[in-house]
Amino acid sequence: MIEIRDVTKRYDGTTVLDRVSLTIEPGGVTSVIGPNGAGKSTLLSIVSRLAPADGGTVTVDGLDVAATPGEVLARRLAVLRQENHMPVRLTVRELVAFGRFPHSGGRLTPADLALVDEAIAYFELEPLADRHLDQLSGGQRQRAYVAMVLCQDTDYVLLDEPLNNLDMRHAVQMMRRVRRMADDYGKTVVLVMHDINFASCHSDTIIAMKDGAVAAQGPTARMMTPEVLGPVYGLDIDVHELGGSRIGVYFS
Amino acid sequence: MTRPPATTGRPRTRHLAAGTVLLAALAAGSLFVGVSGLTPAGVLDGRPEEVRVLLESRLPRLLAVLLAGTAMSVAGLIMMHITGNRFVSPATAGTNESAAFGVLVATLFAGGQALFVKMSVAVLFALVGTFFFMWILRRLTFRDMILVPLVGLMFGAVVSAATMFVAYRADLLQTLGAWTSGDFSGVLRGRYELLWIAGAVTVLGYLYADRFTVAGMGRTFAVNLGVRYDRVVNTGLVLTAVITAVVVSTVGEIPFVSLIVPNLVTLVLGDNLRHALPATALAGALFVLVCDIAGRLIRFPYEIPVSTVIGVVGSVVFLTLLLRGGKRMGLR
Repeated sequence: MIEIRDVTKRYDGTTVLDRVSLTIEPGGVTSVIGPNGAGKSTLLSIVSRLAPADGGTVTVDGLDVAATPGEVLARRLAVLRQENHMPVRLTVRELVAFGRFPHSGGRLTPADLALVDEAIAYFELEPLADRHLDQLSGGQRQRAYVAMVLCQDTDYVLLDEPLNNLDMRHAVQMMRRVRRMADDYGKTVVLVMHDINFASCHSDTIIAMKDGAVAAQGPTARMMTPEVLGPVYGLDIDVHELGGSRIGVYFS
Repeated sequence: MTRPPATTGRPRTRHLAAGTVLLAALAAGSLFVGVSGLTPAGVLDGRPEEVRVLLESRLPRLLAVLLAGTAMSVAGLIMMHITGNRFVSPATAGTNESAAFGVLVATLFAGGQALFVKMSVAVLFALVGTFFFMWILRRLTFRDMILVPLVGLMFGAVVSAATMFVAYRADLLQTLGAWTSGDFSGVLRGRYELLWIAGAVTVLGYLYADRFTVAGMGRTFAVNLGVRYDRVVNTGLVLTAVITAVVVSTVGEIPFVSLIVPNLVTLVLGDNLRHALPATALAGALFVLVCDIAGRLIRFPYEIPVSTVIGVVGSVVFLTLLLRGGKRMGLR
């Protein structure tokens, strides 16, 4: 369980997060949605100890993320940010294998190598496994990063806009895989999502943020309504039931 | 759709083996390059004069070349990873110049002291200089691939100018040349052994290889993988400063090696230090040895300092890298 209590964050006097409190139950996929500047990515950074909070606490299974040693947390929680400029040239396999670093340091056991192969296969990266990251397209690279995070084999996986750089087909595939990471591997997946309809089709819970605060939180079906979404985005959003999913329409 | 051929991140064992054999052959050959006639037959016969030259001069020189080449290249490799910039190395971050300044200050205030004392002062100055550069780096808002090493070069030039000024005032300009231009001709038994410290630090660097690679991925990835980013970066800086200071205080500044050797190696092998670091060590030793032998042969029986030879070769290689490395060098 991830418990966020009164988390506050300020940048140069601007309050980005204002006493945010949230509980994310274990298991399933949770999507954090909201307009630009709502504080979604900042919240994710604080939960994953990439940025310090100015106030409040975050605990993951009872461990305070600000006080727990990095290597302990790295075995429980993995995070991938949206901007991933990688200055080092590694092959896909090398990158994915570094996902095992928190578990076995640099010395990979046969069990580690099996997990590396599994993660590569899971994201259909076998043909690219020995390519350097700079030889891949943005979408392929994104898949490689998520494969690394899967290989880290943590109970909690936090992804900041995992659909960045992905075309429609790869976006759908990514969301299906993320869904299966929760279903097959029992992981708790938290996503920051821009596309409310992808969030609707693949998540169990949605958290809507606005102006550095939580506007609403609940099961997807209850969140995907014009009454909830409209005020969050400041936009008239029609919601239709299509193919068993609730789809927001706001394009025209 | 055509794609470039797949590359592997692992050096082929046979390439490493070939490199080692080549290095061993050149190393053995280098023992017999010099003014006083030294022949394999004479050494095998145990002629006292020849054995003495071998043990007092030729062998120490060879070891100094190998240790300095290896250590400087690895220092460059580590620095390039912990700064996340391919063009940052002890040669472009003011580390070399700071170490030389340290040796000068030590000579001024403790002239009669052992080399070890001078080296210690050089280490101190190299540390201060390197951490000062990193401090500037952290304050730069615009961290361009090229701008960062330019700032380092400027900083190095300022330190270098200060060093020159002090040396000029103290009438030590001539002595200063001993550290600012690297040269192996003065290496004799008893005057190079400190370089083993650089060798030991290089081995230490290998133990950290994975953590340096992770640090090279950037802070976010490093923190996610549970690596203490700042600690790894600082460790790397200390290792590079020590290596640089040891080399500068024993044989003098060797330009370019720490910049071009790691770049050439990682261009081919990628940046996984577990594989790239041993290859860099080998390539660095080879490169400096070849340049040293060339310097000894070009104007035989006179010598051209190794720093001059490397300066010429290095600048050509570096320009080629800049012009043709393109995207792989992080230049677009």
